[in-house]
Order: sequence, then C-alpha cells, then structure tokens
Amino acid sequence: MKRLLIALLLLFTLPALGAKVETGDPDLDRAFEALLGSDFAAKQAALQQLVANERPERFQWVEGILDGRLRVLKKEKRVVWVEKDGRQFKATDALTAQVLGEFKKRKLKKFRINNSLRRTIRSILAARDLDSPDPRARRKAVEAILENPSPDQIALLQPRIEKETDPAVLDAMQLVMALAKLQSPDEPERLKAIKGVSGSLEPAVRQALVRLAENDPSPSVQKSAATALRKIEDRVRVMGQIETLFFGLSLGSVLVLAAIGLAITFGVMGVINMAHGELIMLGAYTTYLIQQLMPGLPGVSLLLSIPAAFLVSGSVGIAIERGIIRFLYGRPLETLLATFGVSLILQQLVRTVISPQNVPVSNPEFMSGQLFINSALSLTYNRLYIILFCMLVFVGLFLVLKRTRLGLEVRAVAQNRGMARAMGVRAARVDALTFGLGSGIAGVAGVALSQLTNVGPNLGQQYIVDSFMVVVFGGVGNLWGTLVGGLGLGIANKFMEPWAGAVMAKILILVFVILFIQKRPRGLFPQKGRAAED
Amino acid sequence: MFLLRPLKGDRGGQIFVALLVALVIAVTVMANLPQENPLHLSSYTVTLLGKYLTYALLAVALDLVWGYLGILSLGHAAFFALGGYAMGMYLMRQIGDRGVYGNPELPDFMVFLNWHELPWYWQGFDQFWFAMLMVMLVPGLLAFVFGWFAFRSRVTGVYLSIITQALTYALMLAFFRNEMGFGGNNGLTDFKDILGFSLQSDATRLGLFIASAVVLLLGYLACRAIVASRLGRVAVAIRDAESRARFVGYRVELFKLAIFTFSAVLAGIAGALYVPQVGIINPSEFQPLNSIEVVVWVAVGGRATLYGAVLGAVGVNYAKTWLTGVLPDAWLFALGALFVLVTLFLPRGVVGLLRREKEQ
Repeated sequence: MKRLLIALLLLFTLPALGAKVETGDPDLDRAFEALLGSDFAAKQAALQQLVANERPERFQWVEGILDGRLRVLKKEKRVVWVEKDGRQFKATDALTAQVLGEFKKRKLKKFRINNSLRRTIRSILAARDLDSPDPRARRKAVEAILENPSPDQIALLQPRIEKETDPAVLDAMQLVMALAKLQSPDEPERLKAIKGVSGSLEPAVRQALVRLAENDPSPSVQKSAATALRKIEDRVRVMGQIETLFFGLSLGSVLVLAAIGLAITFGVMGVINMAHGELIMLGAYTTYLIQQLMPGLPGVSLLLSIPAAFLVSGSVGIAIERGIIRFLYGRPLETLLATFGVSLILQQLVRTVISPQNVPVSNPEFMSGQLFINSALSLTYNRLYIILFCMLVFVGLFLVLKRTRLGLEVRAVAQNRGMARAMGVRAARVDALTFGLGSGIAGVAGVALSQLTNVGPNLGQQYIVDSFMVVVFGGVGNLWGTLVGGLGLGIANKFMEPWAGAVMAKILILVFVILFIQKRPRGLFPQKGRAAED
Repeated sequence: MFLLRPLKGDRGGQIFVALLVALVIAVTVMANLPQENPLHLSSYTVTLLGKYLTYALLAVALDLVWGYLGILSLGHAAFFALGGYAMGMYLMRQIGDRGVYGNPELPDFMVFLNWHELPWYWQGFDQFWFAMLMVMLVPGLLAFVFGWFAFRSRVTGVYLSIITQALTYALMLAFFRNEMGFGGNNGLTDFKDILGFSLQSDATRLGLFIASAVVLLLGYLACRAIVASRLGRVAVAIRDAESRARFVGYRVELFKLAIFTFSAVLAGIAGALYVPQVGIINPSEFQPLNSIEVVVWVAVGGRATLYGAVLGAVGVNYAKTWLTGVLPDAWLFALGALFVLVTLFLPRGVVGLLRREKEQ
C-alpha cells in the first residue's frame, strides 16, 4: 500500500519536476514552470505574474496558452510557438523568434488549463482591449462583453467608465453595466436598470428584458420590463419600416435609372424604343470589358466605365436613330416593331461575340460592406451608392435639359416640331442627339445595374417592361414624373413584398399600373398644352 | 355555299381556301401511304403542319384587331396560352391514374406539392364540353374586362400596346408561381389521350391536323364575314379616324370591345388546338416575345388582308424551323432583321409586294 502511494506520488510530481523552462529571465521561468505544473491556484498567480511582466509579447503568450499554440519543448526547455505541419509540429522560439525545426507531438508539453483559468485569460485579454488607445478596439471589446457577459469582465468595466472619453464606447459600457444590474437581487436597482436600458436595440437587452418580464419575482419589475420591451419593439418595428423604405428607394432608383433614358426617347420624342433594355445591357457589358482590360483595378475601371458606357450606348443609339427610326417618325407602332428587331439583333450579337452565359463583373471594395446605424438597422453600401448615383444622374440630366442650348432645342422640338424648325432649330440633328442622350443614359444605367445583378444577354429584357411602366405611370414627357413614378413603384413593391411575396408584389404593381392608366391615361404628371393633344 | 359567301371579292382568300383544302387532302393521302413510299408523310411533319395552322389562326385573330381596328396588341399570345391552359387542364384530367403517382383525382404536380384536393377552378375540366367552353370563355372574358376598361377610358396607340404587354408579362409571372395550381415552371405536360384517342397515334395526329385546318377555315371565314360587314367598315373607320367615327355617332368603345373579344376567343381556340399537338403548355408561352413574334408574322405577311397573316405565320415559322435546325445562332439575327426590313421597306408585307407587282 505504502509503495503504491509513493509510486503514485512520484507519477504526479515527476512531470512537474521534469518540465523545466530556461528563457534567460528567471521571473518568466518561474511563471511558465508554475503554469506547467498541476497546482491551479499557483497557475492563477503565475498568469498574473506573466502579465505583470513588461514584455510586449505577454498578451500573445496568454492568448497562445488559451488556444494551445504556445507549448514547451521538454528537452530544450524552451517556450515555443507551434504550428501543425502534417504529423509534426513546427516550433518557433517564443522569445527569440528563432525557428527550431519540426518535432513530434510527444516532445512538446502543453499548458493545461481549466475553465477558471480560461475565464481569467479572457478577462486579461478583454482588459488589454479595453485599455487600447484605439476607440474602435475598445468598442469591440465592450461589444464582446455584451454578447457574452460574465461578472469578472463586467467588473473590469467599472473603473474604466469614468476614464472613457469616446461617447459611443461610453454608451456601450453603460449599456453593459445596466444589463448586469438587471440581474441584481435588489428590486429598486433592477427597476433603475430597466430605465437605463430602455430604448436600446441590442438583442442582448431584449433577451434580458423578456426574461425579467416573464420570471421576475416582483410584479412591478415585471410590468416595467414589459413596458420597456414594448417600447423597444416599437422602435425595432420603426427601424424595420425604415429598412423597407431604404430597400424600396434602392429598387426605385434602379427603376428610375432604367427608365430615365426611356423618358427622354419616349417622353420627349415620342419614340418607342424597344431596344432600350439592350442599350442598358451594352452599358453593363462595357463595364465588364473595361474590367477585363484593367484587371486588379475594379474601382478605377468602374469610374471609367461610366463615360465609356455613355459613349458606347449613345453612339449605338444615334446609329439606330439615323439608320431606322428617322424613317418611321409619325408611325409609332412601326417604330416599336423595328426597334424590337434591333433589340433581338443586339441580344444575339452579345451571345455570339461574347458569351451566351452571364459574365462576372466584380464589385470594387467601396461598394461592399454596410453602414452600421444601430443594431436593428444597417444599410448596405451598394444600395446606398445606387440611390446617390441615381440622384446624380437625374440632376445631371435635368440640368442638361433646362440649362443648355441642346436642352432648349430638345424641349422646343418636343413641344412643337414645326414651330421649332421655323425658328431655325435643326430638328433632325436634335432628334439624333436627343436619342443619343437617352441611349447614353441607358448605358450609364447599365453600369449601375452591373453592380447589382447578373450581367447577361437577357439583362435588358428584364427591365424593359418595368421601365415602360415607370414612364407611362409617371407621365410621358416629364422627368419628374419618371422620378416620382419610379421611386413610388419601387417603394410600393418593397412594402408589399412581406405579405404578398416577391412575385405577387410585382404582379400587383403591374395590375395597379394597368388600372391606373385607365383612370389617368396620361400618367401622374400629364403634359399640358395644345401640343399634348393628338 | 352559305359559308363561302364572305369570300366574294376576296381573291387572296379564295386562293387561300383552295390551297388549304388541297393541303388537307394531300396530307391525308400522303400520311396514309405505306412507310416505304417516298411520298409518305411522317406524323412529325403532320404535327408540324398542324402547329403552323394553329399559329396561322392566331395571326388571323391578331390581324383582325391590328389590321382592321388599329389596335396593336402585344399580348395576343396571352389569350392563346390561356386557351392552351384550358385544353391542357382537360388533358391533365384525362390522364387519370396513369400519372407517376397514380392518383386518380389529382395531377402529378399537385400530388408532388402535397395538395389533397382539386382546387375549385379545376372542377369540371374532366368534361370535354366544359373545357371547350372555357377555352373560349376565359380568354374572351379577360379580353372583355380588359377592353371594357381600356377602351372606355380611351387608352389608345402605344399606351394600349404597352399595357397589353404588361398584361401578358403579369400573367407569365403569375403562372410561374406553383401556388397558382397550374404546374408552375413546368406547366402541364405528359398528356395521354384526348376524347379517348391516344395522342401518340398517327391517326389522332392526323385528326388534330384536320381539325386545325377546319377551325382555321371557319375562323378565317368568320373574320372575313366581319370585315365585309357593316361592322368591319366601322372598324376600318375607327382605325383611320377614331375621333371622327365617334363624332359621327358610333359608340367606338363598343365596336372595339366586340371585335377585340372575338379576336381573343379565336386566339384561345388556336391555343387549345396547339397544346395537344405539341404536348406541353408552360408559362413561357406568355412571354412578351411570343406576342411580338405574332405581330411580326402579320407584318411580314401583310396587314389588313387576313390571308396575308396566314401566309406570314406559315412562312416565318417554316423559316424558323428550318433555320434553328441549320444555324441555331442565326435565328434571332434573322428575326430581328425581318422586323427592321419589313417595317422599313415592306410596310404592307409580302402581300403588298405581290399586289404592287400585279399593278405594274
């Protein structure tokens, strides 16, 4: 019996005795040796000792102990970073960064930790982040605590709240503290804490309040938690509405972009251009080709694509006008058929020359990611840029039509062709330029669409019915009508989607526009004046 | 002979009717020749010809409203497809328990979607007479309601064209939905027999061809009768000067409504004859492109002649069959060029070209 005990004792103490560490710094040696040992109380103390050390790598070591990447080479008595490489481990000295070669697993000793040590390590790391000079890092640390609150980490916050200077970080810290106090055994403390968190949109707050509202022993706390919860839910609902509005605006902007070129050719010139969708498609393909020419520069090539697409689609548009449409003025139905033929030819041209499949168009960095507003609402950058871009194009076009010589002539020809010609406006030239302008805008719309949807030969077809709907709904010959019509239809579509489904919402919009045309055949903003009558 | 009276004074029509009768006789004889005879017509060709004839009927229906009434409908294929769906529903019910799942009541796709009973709008479609009634009633009703709104509020010209296109687009989106109960994406297919005759047999196929020819003939005569009557003359007046016709005292919207609805019914019948011959009906028939293709058939053949529409439908579709076989990529180029060239150089179509030759 006695022998057995001695043997057992030897068995337990031997590894501890065998694992010596030699780093050159006796304090470090002692701390690492204690961490290798089996006394967990000593390990806690050793951890603190390690952190108290002045070396810059100390937090990395602690992290390495947590995830097992920091080990000790038994024979060489060195603390090393290990990296698994097939069956072996590649070891690098943790102090000198010297590469020591590959070792078998049994040559390496791991630092054994338990849950309590893990918690301590996490707190140490959280404290490091909370003391970081970068407010973003501090905020991230607070958010990590918010997601996974534990008493010792919350205790870390207390002294730091007073020192905090960044308002966003301070808000987040106070939220965590309030959240902690929600669990306090003291009833007035809980009531106060509920007041503190009211209006916060964090999911953690909502969960805590739900728990209080259901299980709290005190009815007054229950009631006040329920009220706070209702307030939060109202706010979340409002945020949801704002998000839907945003989606609607971005869809509406796409519609406006697709339709605004049509508003010029159809609205101002009275020409039904069924190839409009294909001019959009050409713009998208221009983006693709320019990206192919400038690999690795998606941002620059996207910006370059805008004028390029304008020129490509615009010149194709002028060619269509000069080659076909000018022979068909005054015969709108024939124009419709002929331009439809052009659209088929352009589609097939892209299929034959480039590819019948969709082509990949990459998004530049600034288009991805999202703008964080609060926990219940964040707006994606690509949609945001589309809305901005649409407004820019609209304003630009508006200025061209209202402030330039060309715009004046375009409006004159649209209002009264004969009179304009009598005043010396060269109507044929104006027709060609107007058509080129409208087509060029379609190309620019294609650049925008290339960032949102698949670029393929059928891209144009998807938008042609929609863009006609927008123009007809808004009122022919009126840019404002197109803007209001497009945004209105986009928003209506997105608000209907949750209860009707995406396809059904679209069908309902189409039916609505069909019925609307019956009531107001000239759209929302009809053109006034004698010339508007047939 | 009473039936043929509308052909008086319609030389083109007389030639067309004669050719159609000759075609039916020739096809019947040739299809019944023994296989090894070089003049034997395969049932594939018979069905192909039958398909062309249903297209021709659709083109005649469109020519009636476009050529004589001035309404360019970009949604006529929708009426065609609706008639086709009504026929397809009858054919689905005829499958009975021979489907993959063997359910005697429900079509396969409903079993697949875990439906337990037949939706109300599928009731009655096991009866041929009911299905045929619906073939005419559904497109007719849709055209009536649509026209009622559109013509009364005087939506004309390109606006009307665009909203007819929106109509067929909306229907396409709707029929793509599985919840609609029309087979969603796949549509209705796997038909077995019609009125007890197997759809695979040569005799049934010949029968369907002959039925298509007879219906085309009757449809042509009916349109011709309308065109030659007072109603037709009012229609032409509306086409050429709508306001003047209204000021003279005609209720323009009622004339338009009557002819538009009749045309939609004809298109529906054409669709009903089309579906058993091709063996499938799916939502892509509602595609806006299909409707526009019909317009080009009529434009190529020659507007406002009726027989020109037949000529255009058969000619363009023959070219399509041939070209998609030889050079699949070239078909859209050819179709596109056809649109452009015909509108620019042949405003009255092939028929106009022939007439001009004769006049010179």
